[in-house]
Formats: sequence, C-alpha cells, structure tokens
Amino acid sequence: MKIRAQISMVLNLDKCIGCHTCSVTCKNIWTSRKGVEYAWFNNVESKPGIGFPKNWEDQEKWKGGWKINKKNKLELKAGGRANKLINLFANPDMPQIDDYYEPFDYKYNKLQSSPLVEATPTARPVSQITGKDMEKIEWGPNWEDDLAGEFKNRSKDVNFTNIDKQIYKDFENTFHMYLPRLCNHCLNPACVASCPSGSIYKREEDGIVLVDQDKCRGWRMCVSGCPYKKIYYNWESGKSEKCIGCYPRIESGMPMACAESCVGRIRYVGVMLYDADKISEAAVSKNKQDLYEEQLSVFLDPNDPDVIKQALNDNVPQSWIDAAQKSPVYKMTKEWKIAFPIHPEYRTLPMMWYVPPLSPVQSQIDKGNLETDKNGVIPSANSLRLPAQYLANMFTAGDEKPILSSITKLLAMRAHQRNKTVHDEKVSSVLSDAGLSSDQAEEMYRYLGIANYEDRFVIPTSHEEIRNEDPYGFQGVNGFTGGNSSSYGSKGGKGFSLFPSPRRSSVIPVETMSNNKSK
Amino acid sequence: MSTSLHNFAFGVYPYIAGTIFLLGSWVRFDREQYTWKTDSSQLLENKMLKIGSNIFHIGIIGIFFGHALGMLLPHSWWQLITTDIQHQYIAIYSGGILGIMALFGGLLLFYRRLSNERVKAISRLRDTSIILLIVITAGLGLNTIFDSYHHAAQKDVSEMLLLSEYLKSVATLRADASLIESVGMAYKVHMLVGMTIFLIFPFTRLVHVWSVPVTYLKRPYQIVRSKLSSRQT
Repeated sequence: MKIRAQISMVLNLDKCIGCHTCSVTCKNIWTSRKGVEYAWFNNVESKPGIGFPKNWEDQEKWKGGWKINKKNKLELKAGGRANKLINLFANPDMPQIDDYYEPFDYKYNKLQSSPLVEATPTARPVSQITGKDMEKIEWGPNWEDDLAGEFKNRSKDVNFTNIDKQIYKDFENTFHMYLPRLCNHCLNPACVASCPSGSIYKREEDGIVLVDQDKCRGWRMCVSGCPYKKIYYNWESGKSEKCIGCYPRIESGMPMACAESCVGRIRYVGVMLYDADKISEAAVSKNKQDLYEEQLSVFLDPNDPDVIKQALNDNVPQSWIDAAQKSPVYKMTKEWKIAFPIHPEYRTLPMMWYVPPLSPVQSQIDKGNLETDKNGVIPSANSLRLPAQYLANMFTAGDEKPILSSITKLLAMRAHQRNKTVHDEKVSSVLSDAGLSSDQAEEMYRYLGIANYEDRFVIPTSHEEIRNEDPYGFQGVNGFTGGNSSSYGSKGGKGFSLFPSPRRSSVIPVETMSNNKSK
Repeated sequence: MSTSLHNFAFGVYPYIAGTIFLLGSWVRFDREQYTWKTDSSQLLENKMLKIGSNIFHIGIIGIFFGHALGMLLPHSWWQLITTDIQHQYIAIYSGGILGIMALFGGLLLFYRRLSNERVKAISRLRDTSIILLIVITAGLGLNTIFDSYHHAAQKDVSEMLLLSEYLKSVATLRADASLIESVGMAYKVHMLVGMTIFLIFPFTRLVHVWSVPVTYLKRPYQIVRSKLSSRQT
C-alpha cells in the first residue's frame, strides 16, 4: 500500500444554475492572455448538447483516454508509444481551433469614435487571431447555452447512447441540465501518459496535474490524449496549458477560484486518501461498468488506524489526514455514494465527481402526472424528467443502478425534511427504504441544503518545510530572482551550466536541522 | 570563385556555422527553455499540415541520414558492400526521392504559411524564412543530381569521392577546401546555403530537432513529482 493524498472536488449538479460565474472567474485569473483566449480551464455546458469543444465526448473521433489492449493491459486509445512517435509530425487526432471557436472581441471603440450617422453605430466582432473583421460568429464556448440551437444538432450528444432520443425532441419531454467542467486531475491521467517529452506530471503531495512549461516542447499529444479536452494548446507560446487547480490558492488553504466564487454553493473541495498501488489494477477492470466501484475501492478510509499509520509512513502530513477525515468529498463519494466520476469508461480515474441533478417537475406533480411518494409531493426516482440512462451514460458507463440509488437518497432526504417540518414526523420510513440512517440524512441535509463554507471547503495548507530542508536558506528570496527568470540555467543552477550558477554555500550562522549535515 | 574566397567559404565558414550551431543551441537550451519548442500551428490549420509536415519530415530526416552515412562512413566500409558506381546510383535515387519529398512537403508548408490567414497572422518572419531556406537548399541539392547523373553515366565517381573526402576533412577538423576546388558550382552553392541553415539553426524553431523524444519509448506512463525529491541540496 502506498498512500497519497489528493485535493478533490464534488459538484452538486442539482444546484447548478448555469450562471458561468466559475468560468468567468477562472478566465479572468488564468486565461485572459494572448494565445489562450479560446481556452476555458473551467466551462459550463448545457446538456444535452455536444459541448465544448464540439463533441468532446466522442472518443471514437478524438481517441482520448485509455483502452484495454489484447494483452489485457492499459494502452492509450490513440495507440502505443511507438505509434505516438510516428505521428509526431502531425497529430492525427488534433482538434482544430474551430472545434473550440475562433476567439473574438468587439470593436467597442467604434461606438464612441463613430461620426454622426443615421443608423446606430455597431461594434463589429474581430478575430483575436488574425485581427480581421469577422462576418459572423459561428460558435462559442457556450453556444448551446440553455438548449439553444436545433435538437438535431444537440442530440449528437453521445450520452444519448441506448436511448430512444426522438421523444425528447418534443417540447413537453425536453430535459436540461448544466455540466460545469474542469480538469479532473485524474489518478491515471492520459495526458501525462501521452506527453512525449514527459513534461506533464502529477504532484505527489496534492495530486494536482501540471504542465512543466519549460519542458513542454509542443508535440500536442496531450491535447488529443485528454478525453475531457481540458488541455489547451497556447498558439502564442507554443506550449500546452491546463487548469492548475489554482495551486497557489490550494497551497495556502483556499479553495479554487471556481469553487470559491460559485454562487449556487455547488462545489465541495476536500482531501482524499488513496492507494497509489491499486490505481493500475482499478483502471484495467474488464467491465467498464465496474470502473466506478473500482475507483471507489482505491479511496481509503481516513479514520482507519492502519490507513493513518501507513499514510504517516508515506509522508502524508498529519494536517492532511485530519482534513481527509473531515472531507466533504469523502462523505459524498464513499460514505453516501451520491457522487460519481465523469465518464469512468475513459479509465483515467477522474477526481472531480458529480452529484446527479433531480430535474424539478413540480408542475407535473401538481397535475398528478407523476408517480410520487405516499405524501404525493416528492416524485419517485425513475419518474423524473431526466432519463436515468442519460445520467448513467455520463457518470457510470451506462449502469443505471448507482444513479437511481443516489437519486433515491437525495429524494428521501427531501421527503424526510418535509415530513419533519410539515408533518412533524421524527423518523421517516422513506429513509430506510433509501438505505439512509436519520443521522446520515441530517448530515446530508447540512452539507447539501445548508452548504456552509466550512463544510464545503476543508483544505489544509501545504507543507513547504518538506521541500526546504534549510528554511534559513530560503529566507528573503521569495519573489526575487537574480536577473531574468532563467538566469540559473535549465536545471535552476543544479546541473552543469554554461554560465556561472549561484553560489550555494552561503554562510548561515544558525544551527539548522541535523539532516542538514549531509551537505 | 577566387581561391581566397573559396578557402574562406569551405575552410573557415563550416567552422563558424558549426560553432554557432552547437554553442548557440547549448546556450538557448540552458537559458531559454521556455522558447525551446516545435512552435506547431496545427491547432490553426490541419489539412495542409497533415500532408506537408509528414512528407517533409520523412524526406528531410532521410536526407540527413543519407548524407551522414553516405559521405562520412569510411570509404573502405562502403567498398565492402558496394562498388563506387553503385554507391553513386544509390545516392542519386534515394537522394532524389527523399529530396523531392522534402521539396514538395516544404513547399506545401511554405505555401501554407502564406496562404492560410490564421497561420500567416501568427507567423514570424523567421518562421516563414527558415522553411523557405530549407526548401531552397533541398532544391539546390536536387539540382546537383543532374551533374551526378551525368558523371555516373560516364562511370566517373571522382567528384563524389572528392566531396566525401572534403566532408570527412571538415568533420575531422582538418578542413581542406582545395579538395573541392574543381567540383561543379551546383554542389558548392548547395553546400553554402546548407551551412547557413546550421548557422541560424539555434535562433529558429529548428531547435526542436535536438529534442526528439526517444526517451518516451522507455519511460513509464505516469510521472509523479514529489516535494522530497525536489529538495534543494
């Protein structure tokens, strides 16, 4: 057993109102730069729809993620290592800028500088790549917002697999949900595995997946390799960029900007302990519908004394174990089993999980059109507007059972609260039917209904002292570099460099830690 | 070409170009890692690139190894497997085919730089000019085949051997420009322009050639960096 900790997130889709605050916050902080105008580390999609970039879920087209090869081993869907090298000159699965959208801005200036004219002056769109006027904007990051566009186009959504989708064309049967997406910081990331230069890596201490901008050579294999299309090629710098999990914030104990700014309070961020030795075993599970359960089995119980002991052995700090014990993510994924990984069939073991939405249908209940519980208020799990199969295709590789169980729990929690406040019933039978204790239901209500800041975000600060043996040597250098940022050469002055490297034996007249003697 | 100019061009210039090529690459790798990249524009244009880039790269890599093996391997080794005249025909045909690939692919990539609005907008002068320079060199290289074929038809391998001897003399740091004083102008022009590519190599996107990711074949799929291993020592 090799225990590692990971910062992980749960998004409660039932409460997402599709306001795009997360996306805009993220954009303003990280991608309002030249070359990544089109990139959205976080975006919100309206489902059903083909999403951003177009049809990203269609892995027969993009060849993202993993597959099981003939020898029953994990292999990248786009082919093995030699195959990648052969395709280095032109990645056959590379998305095009038009699959995202041509980034644009408007000539707002025209509104002020226009001379006196008959017609109202207009601010015409201009391409941020070519700088030329655009006749018409054809696509954007949320083009299908709130089910915009024809059903014919939106229904190319691959989550309609095994669903007779034509009936959802009718206005009466339409369903809709929002899907906020960001990098999943996977346990078995396909982007890391795809990178020919080895520039993408997972951080041991918090599981955040990053692109080493100095080592990236622009071979573009990660862009197609990531099945979620959450790695973007910066056409200005020629390097790949991705969601950095707001690591500067996480390191200081703050939630990611998207999570912090969420007005619907749908995002929960916490620590998960997992067994790194079980990852490869879990990811090769033969039946793709087992992958959800397999991933659950990789997560470890942070209250188990054996786990705690081993975690400390594996250099997980005590404060991280404490946080894992209070992790809202652990509660929702493992204890209550109400959250699911997005597209587990890609075999990447994603770490951003989702609570399925309930799709309110109050008017239908009022008319008596739906099957409900005995109070006639809460609809039963399989009579909701959203087809369970659709959610199952998205979150459990098509297996409806866990989805229905989750929805039943969420509905039971509501029924229980209603019974308590309206009918003054202390113990509801709905809970036992759903497999919940009343304590669990109360806790679920606290987390999902009230969603206090302290409950949603349990994030320990990072332990920089692990990195720096000699804290005094680090004194006074934060924020300062000697000359330009690469002054100390490719290895930060550690390896042999053409030019003088920093003098490393400064005299510090302080007795530091004993292991410092190794210098 | 006057003798002194000839001596400079083929006795000194190779070393100027070679030194800047090696030292320049090293300095850039050492100090400017962030600029070390392929600088791909595949995101913006795919159709022409898929054809052009593949054909160009296969051609140019083949030509590189063709030159290296054909000209730098000791003459005695080649004589073990072929006669000189066979060697010359192999060079003519393989060089011809690969050269045409590099020329065609390169021309397509050059045309792509100018004709696609998006690619044109993001192209720097040196992006457009380096591909043009390579295309010109490939064209000049193909141009030498006419001479070579003419010689081969007369069973005359002397120029090929002279060029090979000259290249070996440069590689072993005792450049003897006089060896090729008599060879045709076509060869000389090709060599001069070719050396210029090496001269400007470190200042262009060509540096990605150094970073062929062969280590990918051996490394494990997943990479984890730990704080402990990044401890400053």
